[in-house]
Amino acid sequence: MKDLFKSNMAIMIAFTAVVMTAPIWLAPIGASYPDLLQKFAIFGVFAIGFNILFGLTGYLSFGHAAFLGVGSYTAVWSFKLLSMNVLPAIIFAVIVSGVFSLLIGYISLRRSGIYFSILTLAFAQMSYSLAYSVLTPITNGETGLQLTLKDPRVIDGMVGIPVTDSLPSTNFFGIGMSGYSGFYFCAVFLVIAFYVSLKIFRSPYGMKLRAIKSNQTRMRYTGFNTRPYLLSAFVISGMFAGLAGSLMAVTDPLAGAERMQWTASGEVVLMTILGGMGTLIGPLLGVGIIKYFENIFSALNEAALHEIFNFLPTGLENIMVVISSPFVGEGWHLTLGALFMIVVIFLPGGLMEGFSRLSRMFGKSDNEVSEDVVSETQGKAEGEK
Amino acid sequence: MSNILEISNVNKTFGGLHALSEINLKIEEGKIHAIIGPNGAGKSTLLNCCIGRLIPDTGSVMFNGHDMIGMEPYDINHAGMVRVFQTPEIFPDLTLLENTMIPALAKRDGTFKFNPFAVLSKENEIRDHAMSVLADVGLDRFADQHAGSISRGDKRRLELAMGLIQEPALLLLDEPTAGMARHDTNRTIDLLKKIKERGMTKIIIEHDMHVVFSLADTISVLAQGRIIATGTPDEIKNNPKVKEAYLGEEAEDE
Repeated sequence: MKDLFKSNMAIMIAFTAVVMTAPIWLAPIGASYPDLLQKFAIFGVFAIGFNILFGLTGYLSFGHAAFLGVGSYTAVWSFKLLSMNVLPAIIFAVIVSGVFSLLIGYISLRRSGIYFSILTLAFAQMSYSLAYSVLTPITNGETGLQLTLKDPRVIDGMVGIPVTDSLPSTNFFGIGMSGYSGFYFCAVFLVIAFYVSLKIFRSPYGMKLRAIKSNQTRMRYTGFNTRPYLLSAFVISGMFAGLAGSLMAVTDPLAGAERMQWTASGEVVLMTILGGMGTLIGPLLGVGIIKYFENIFSALNEAALHEIFNFLPTGLENIMVVISSPFVGEGWHLTLGALFMIVVIFLPGGLMEGFSRLSRMFGKSDNEVSEDVVSETQGKAEGEK
Repeated sequence: MSNILEISNVNKTFGGLHALSEINLKIEEGKIHAIIGPNGAGKSTLLNCCIGRLIPDTGSVMFNGHDMIGMEPYDINHAGMVRVFQTPEIFPDLTLLENTMIPALAKRDGTFKFNPFAVLSKENEIRDHAMSVLADVGLDRFADQHAGSISRGDKRRLELAMGLIQEPALLLLDEPTAGMARHDTNRTIDLLKKIKERGMTKIIIEHDMHVVFSLADTISVLAQGRIIATGTPDEIKNNPKVKEAYLGEEAEDE
């Protein structure tokens, strides 16, 4: 059993199966509509990439939304100038965000700890402000970058795709990118992203990144130049963010500056910490919970609450509704905030630490499995700090 | 025999304090050279100047004919001068095996190697080597434990393993047995003697006279930032200046 879970193949088969059947098993909790599923997959890619930097090296970037935004803008420009086919859009988005993260990473990584975080935050906010003001010719400022009928779409023109009166939609060689096909397209990238992350976690390179997190000074005296290690991890995670940004544009072809705002950067930090930084699955759990709260909890209203507490006597029902109503609808942030506080205080290794504690409680054989698959690195050690 | 390390005219001041003044020291290849001296004499400062943690105000540190001053710590490591730290500088979140594999990977991969798709569990050669070095220092039983969870004495031995696995030309040992129980100390002495036969040069900073006199070929005595004597263990034992500066104090401690 233990060996089975150690093999990459088994993990990937299980992971792929879980992702591809998501529309089925998410249906009972009302989360199986394509819009939300797409968000799960896209933010999953974003968080997996972020975790390669934050989880492995411990460098907390507060500016990853900038790469997300760059990915989106690049993808939309590709739709406008080249083709509505999503493939060139994604490729260009990953390349451009990679170059952009190389630049920001090179400068930000001159500092570590809180100064690194502040530098990345400053860069991201600068990008956001520029996108809003000076760069309006590229970003279309406040309105956001959108498709228009006048766009040239050179490649589409060359291969003879007819120009229609309505705006064309994004496609992958003819397959539309809305609804479930959009989700499955994003899901393929989620699986690829997960595989890359798994390989990195289990490589000597990944171990060196963990060693940098543990004691960077010692790494330098042990014969490693830590700068290129950190920079490469930063660029990889920046490219993942760019990929996620382009997928956003693929499913909904517009890009706005608000995608680069610091709240978006903060969101991925929350997701990673909530799920369990430095673990393979943790960031995905965080994505699932936060996106679920954002979309489902925020939609609950008083009537829905009355329905939920229907089984109680009328007096009690009203009391329960009054108590719980601040936590749903507009107040979903309150629930999320409370959940986040509980996790950080009691489970500093995130939800994954909770699972490994639970499995330790239920016998040793379970424990071995979870230690391998679940807490790939030191979510546990983090918890003890 | 040639000199592997030549320290010439090294001065280092911190504010008004002369931590090191006019240090001249030649380390012969293949020998164990001990540096002793009372607390605050500048022993650790001297080592820090060798491995690039501190930059001396004047002077030169020539290692195999190359000046090491101003070089990056990782380049000094790859040149073949490796330090074992006094306060354990290990990787607390990694297992003992991983802690030992890291320096072995450094030796193989150089200062940077981007191989995110290589498979760690297939690095059999590196892992076997690490296990054998862990066995040498008596830590192979704990190979899968997190290094942060072992005792201080064990951390010292892990430090030693991390230095030894790189098989450097010159190993700088900063109080390798401090905080160890007596039988562990003896075991470490035996281990260091065994490695000496392989031709690794070592500089040892030590308080424990038992360790110094059972290992060292040459001893230098450092007091108030100056080298007041260098010689064989017998010469040092009988040197009146040394007795006054150091051994007297040591006798009180014991």
